[in-house]
Amino acid sequence: MKKIIKYVIIDILRSRIVIGFTLFLLLLSTSVFLLEDNSAKGILSLLNVVLIVVPLVGILFSSIYVYNSAEFLELLVSQPLRRRSIWLSIFLGLSVSLTLSFLVGAGLPILFFESSATGLLMVISGALLINIFVAIALLITSLVRDKAKGIGVVMLLWLYFSLLFDGIILFLVFQFSEYPLEKALIGVIALNPIDLSRILILLKMDVSALMGYTGAIFKDFFGTPFGIIFSAISLFIWIVIPVWLSVRRFNKKDL
Amino acid sequence: MIVVEDLVKRFGRQTVLNNVSLSCRVGDCIALIGPNGCGKTTLIKSLLGMVVPDSGLISFENEPIKRHWKYREKIGYMPQIGRYPDNMTIGQVLDMMIDIRKSSSRKLDEELVEAFGLNDLRQKRMRTLSGGTRQKVSACLAFMFNPPVLILDEPTAGLDPLSAEILKEKIQKEKAAGKLVLITSHILSDLDELITSIIYMQEGKVVFHKGIETLYTETGCDRLGKAIAAIMRNS
Repeated sequence: MKKIIKYVIIDILRSRIVIGFTLFLLLLSTSVFLLEDNSAKGILSLLNVVLIVVPLVGILFSSIYVYNSAEFLELLVSQPLRRRSIWLSIFLGLSVSLTLSFLVGAGLPILFFESSATGLLMVISGALLINIFVAIALLITSLVRDKAKGIGVVMLLWLYFSLLFDGIILFLVFQFSEYPLEKALIGVIALNPIDLSRILILLKMDVSALMGYTGAIFKDFFGTPFGIIFSAISLFIWIVIPVWLSVRRFNKKDL
Repeated sequence: MIVVEDLVKRFGRQTVLNNVSLSCRVGDCIALIGPNGCGKTTLIKSLLGMVVPDSGLISFENEPIKRHWKYREKIGYMPQIGRYPDNMTIGQVLDMMIDIRKSSSRKLDEELVEAFGLNDLRQKRMRTLSGGTRQKVSACLAFMFNPPVLILDEPTAGLDPLSAEILKEKIQKEKAAGKLVLITSHILSDLDELITSIIYMQEGKVVFHKGIETLYTETGCDRLGKAIAAIMRNS
């Protein structure tokens, strides 16, 4: 299994896209911090990069990579290798290289300019998010055979998580504004890793007052150790379940 | 050595393998023959676990292969269309496979690499290769690890006459060493000197599995091509 991971990582590095992504993140985050006189403002500007761009690159790059490695997978499956370890190696190869790229490109500048709990939380949640979106990409590519269709589904999912979900939540909150929905919202938010990370980081930044009464409820929940553990577990489940489902699917797939 | 019982595989509504049963013993050299789309490649891919059958049983050395993978150490497979990662060079593909499959107990068999002169092409990227050169890489990989079973899907298609002859000699040699060889091909004249028995498939079913001598006496022909033609005419 180690050997396959090695070849996957070599292959990913050879395509140079990941290196380009690292440099892009590095340039962007360093310049954001250098332009703002207040590093807290810099963090706020970077928040959207971490929450929108990083998942997009993660999900898109992984799905394109898996579709382009169809030949490689076919070759490996005919060899004396366990299918599960082939698929997990693909996941780990993608996960290691993209996480490293994020940590070098965005993690280092963030921790250098804003070495606070907020900065650390942002780096951790960004690293988790990129893994979550690699996992989702693997699930989709194991289910959808056609490349164009698969990438379409992946883009829709990204749009759903970063935009549509918020719209639906907003709609529900307005429709049921007479009911005390705040507690239920906490559960609903766990269904979207991007929103969950955003709330965690915003609360840490002490701008929760801007979110009104809901913000106070969130602070009461996510500010406690239980809330932190709850969110960490939710984010981990978002990695484990898609990977597990995709392994099951890949085990039965015809190549 | 390989036993297949009541294998069924459907792709959507189409039944590609319909209750296929057969058995192969060590030392056999079997030709898998049939018209296009009769399920030969699907059968081979099922043997390798690349295609998962809907029902039926495949066993390798008396062990069912379902969910197993170790048995593939004993198979050398040459696909019909060898597809390799585009960015890798021939040398990298060979080294990678050696790295993944090598076991200390078996010696590497690099006869074909030398016979085909692939060592001079090691720097070439897979993307730039012609179909024939790709086919040579596939052949080298199939024989490289000295497996007791060889499964060759259209081995000589796309090879120039000289390379085809080299490959046939190699198959002959491995057969003499007592290996089980399973070949599909449409070039029946290639098979004449090689095989000991024939499996004839049609529309996802095995029509017959006979020794080559029986086939010749039954049809009264002495060449494989004529014998098969006679059978196709009669059915």
